[in-house]
This record gives sequence, structure tokens and C-alpha cells, in this order.
Amino acid sequence: MFKQLPATDLETVRVIVNGQSISVTKGMTVAATVLSQQQKYTRTTAISGSKRAPFCMMGVCYDCVMVINGKANQRACATYVEEGMQIEIQQGAGSDLVGNEL
Amino acid sequence: MKDNYQLVIIGGGPAGLAAATTAANQGVCCALLDEQPTLGGQIYRAIESIPKQRTQQLGDEYTRGKPLVTAFRESDTEYYPETKVWSLNKQREIGVLYKDEARIIQADQVIVASGAMERPIPFKGWTLPGVMQAGAGQILFKSAGVVPDNGVVLAGSGPLLLLLAWQYLHAGVDVKALLDVTPLSNHLLALPKLPKALLAHHYLTKGIGYQIELKRAGIPLLFGVSDLRAEGEGYLQKVSFKHFGKQKNIESELLLTHFGVIPHAWLTQSADCKHQWDDSQQCWRPEHDEWGNTSLDGIIVAGDGAGIHGARSAEHAGRLAGLEALFALGIISQTERNKQGIQDRKWMKDERYIRPFLEAYFKIPQSLLATADNDTIVCRCEEVTAGQIRDAVKKGHDNSNQVKFFTRCGMGSCQGRQCSNAVAHIVADEKGESVEKMGHFRGRPPVAPLTLDQLACLNKELI
Repeated sequence: MFKQLPATDLETVRVIVNGQSISVTKGMTVAATVLSQQQKYTRTTAISGSKRAPFCMMGVCYDCVMVINGKANQRACATYVEEGMQIEIQQGAGSDLVGNEL
Repeated sequence: MKDNYQLVIIGGGPAGLAAATTAANQGVCCALLDEQPTLGGQIYRAIESIPKQRTQQLGDEYTRGKPLVTAFRESDTEYYPETKVWSLNKQREIGVLYKDEARIIQADQVIVASGAMERPIPFKGWTLPGVMQAGAGQILFKSAGVVPDNGVVLAGSGPLLLLLAWQYLHAGVDVKALLDVTPLSNHLLALPKLPKALLAHHYLTKGIGYQIELKRAGIPLLFGVSDLRAEGEGYLQKVSFKHFGKQKNIESELLLTHFGVIPHAWLTQSADCKHQWDDSQQCWRPEHDEWGNTSLDGIIVAGDGAGIHGARSAEHAGRLAGLEALFALGIISQTERNKQGIQDRKWMKDERYIRPFLEAYFKIPQSLLATADNDTIVCRCEEVTAGQIRDAVKKGHDNSNQVKFFTRCGMGSCQGRQCSNAVAHIVADEKGESVEKMGHFRGRPPVAPLTLDQLACLNKELI
């Protein structure tokens, strides 16, 4: 869906998206990262299980929530990549809400 | 971060930056809180870090943010990035989430410069992955140099669509079409407002210039489009619409829509500042005087969060709000405030000549505001359809808040930001009443989701 325009002298970090390690530009949001990795959806809804992806990119719609470093319901558009960050698609309400990890 | 400030400014866009600089340069102890890690708001997003080449693709309006940020950096304002404001009350206690811990700070004066958000218009298929708001596309471009790689369809109504198409054109993006849903009858209705708009003709010439360039580049600009739909199994596959009564489709995996912007007024609403329905701008906005004073003592609004007037106007409103805070704090006299504000008041007035024309020209039709199709999801979070909202009204729930209690519409994690306006319009439509009477969702703190963990930090002794 998206690609990153070429730019020089940009620092990179490595993050793990759905188990796959990739190199991305420092300072990017998780949402920008996954969109430019051709990730078509970033969560499924808790009610109907339908697929969703980032929508507003400015933190108001909460449609881009993902599981980041094991924590569910993190807005991908308001979270910035860090070295070693684990990014996963969120299924429904997210595991730490339904109690799987308790 | 201290517990008390003379002045707290919420928002790091043009209004907030100008307000903070004005106040700090005259000796006020002030703090600016901003949710983003970088200054500039959405309009000048990433202005300090953006590569030069990308600045050129974004156009000259974008670079106006640079001197604003530089002046702010030179001031003594305490700047807190990545800081979420989750509450504000009439005692001017501000609930803040800073470094993952909730705390309450107190301010003698508060300037809310919360900016704008895209007006959410529910239409069939708008929840499909691949459908995003045009502002989202622009944010990706500004903040990360991320652009569509397999073509894009732009659709909706408003000047941002033209600007984004132009920016994409310069970045080598394949813009498959620009579908303008502005009713053609608007052109006639806007005509009486044109003479005044000519006083700010640089906006008009810019818009016309973009259109000419886009046409020359062979991008199809379709006017008079209706019945916009996003279709696909699980993801967007095609955009369907009617053009002069003829059904058409464009295959695309990406659709960016825009239906104007509205004030992001959740904080002022939860503080219980008086809000009014602005019929021309088709949105709720906080009531305020020419200096930005709201109905609550010591709470001042500035910029698009106070009503939509654009980035340049926001800068002037920010300076005026800063002067008002200085006056309220007893640092300058009323005469001095008036004197220092002369130039910005004049410039702000000049900036606003264009607005009545733009508001009339890009007026969103009732059929889009009050989601005509009953199967369309209105509340993205709780997946409530327009039909379910209409049913609730038929069962006797006759204002926005009652519909919210009955259907859960507006109770999801966005707290109604995406559906509030649509619900009010649907209820009004169903009841044959004005939107104003239907009211807006009651804003309550926390206006942004907080975890109990974070909230518990308010009283560490209890943990």
C-alpha cells in the first residue's frame, strides 16, 4: 500500500514485526512502519472480528491499536520504533484484557 | 515537571507555539504540553527533522512552521513532548500523562490549542483496511516520507484534497483520480461570498493553480460525484461511485478521503466550557471572545480547536491568547495588551476573509452528514450502524447522549470522536429537529484512555 521515499543519512533500528526482523528508519511511528511493510491490517475488532488498519494517523480514532512489546491496545500511530521492539497484530480486545496472561 | 505554573499551553501546533513564545518572552513561567514527540502540530509535523527535498515536495506553506518553532525554542518555555492531557476542569487542574505516570498540575491560566481533526463522515466500507483519511496520508508523508506505492484514489470535499494530490504528484505518486463529492449546487450558494474572499485571493489562486497542474499531469478530476463506496473482501479492492448518474468503479487498494476538518474540542467539552453549534462550519466549537476567553475563567482557546480558520490564523490567535494570559496574570495592562495585539488582530481578520466562501463552497451535504445508508457502520469502535441508531430514536431515545447509552455508540476507545457528529445528525434527521438541539456527546475525563496502573500513580502512597 505504501513505500518509503529514498532518503540519505537516516539512522535505522531493527524491529520485529509479526516475528520477522526488519530494519526501519529511526523516528518512524509503528503505523508508518507496518504500512510501508505491506502489512494490510493491524488488528481485528473485538465485536465482529473484522480487519482494521490505521485510519487517522493522528491518535484520535484508536483503530490502529496493536500489541507492542507484549502490551495490547497501543496506538501504532502514536508509538515510535525502538531497537528490538516487538510489534504484533492485535486479535480482538487483546490478550492482556481477556486474561490469558493473568 | 512542576506542580504549578502561571500558564500551561496544551498543544504544540502554530497556536500553541505562538502563545507560549509570546507569554514566555515577557517573563511568564509556562509549560507547553504536546502529545507528539516533535513540535509543529499536524500542519507543520516533523518541521525540525524533515529532509530538505521533502520540504520542497510539501510546498511553501509548510515552511512557515520553521520560524515559529525556532522562536519557541529560543523562549524559556518548559516543553514536554509525548505528554498526554487527559483531563481539564474549571479549577484549571490538568490531568497529565507524562513518562507513563498520571499526575495533576495546576495552572493560573490555561491555553487550549488542541487543533483540528478530520471530520469523520461514515460511508459504506469506510472501515475497510485501505480506506484512510487524507490527513493520515499527509502525516505519513511529512513525518516519515511514506507515500502510496501502488496508486491512490482521493475522494471527498475540501481544499486539502487538492493540496495532497499536488504533493503526491510532486513525489511521483500515481493519483488514479480525485473524486469531488461537493454538490454542484454549492457553487451557486458560495457565489455571494466570493467578493469578500477575493480579499484573500492568494488562497484562491493557489487552489486554481493546483487544479491546472493536476489536469496538465493527466490526473482525472471528477466533480459532482455521489454514492461513494469502498468495496472489497476484507480489504479495499475498488472504489465505486456515481458520476452524473452513471455508476463507475476504480480498482484501488488505497482510498484517502477528506470531508473538511472540525475542532478537536474534547478537552474543552469535558471541562464544561460552553460550546455552540457553528452552522457555517458544521461543527461544535467552544464559545469564546476575540482574545480566546471561554465561558470558564482562565481557560483560553486558540487556533483550530476554537473554530476552523487555518494555520496562519492560528498563529495570530495564539499570540493574542498569549497576550490575554499576560493581561489576566497582571503582567501587562489592558492598554498594553490591546497595543501589542493590533497587528495580529489585523492579520487574523485578513486571513479570515476566505473562510465564509470556503465554508459555503465545501458545505457537506445532509445525505453524507446524516449517513443515509442504514447498513453503514457509524461507530467504528462499537460497530453500531446508522440503522441501529435510527431504531433507537424510533424507540424514544431522542438525543445524542440517550442514543449513546442505548446503543453503546460512542463508548469505544475513541470516546465518540469518530461518530459524535454523525450521531447528532442522524438523530436530528430522524426527529426533524436541528442538530444543535440534539447536543453533542457529554465529554468526561479521562478524555484519552488511561490504564489503572497509570492512574494509580496519582497517589503513590496507596500503591
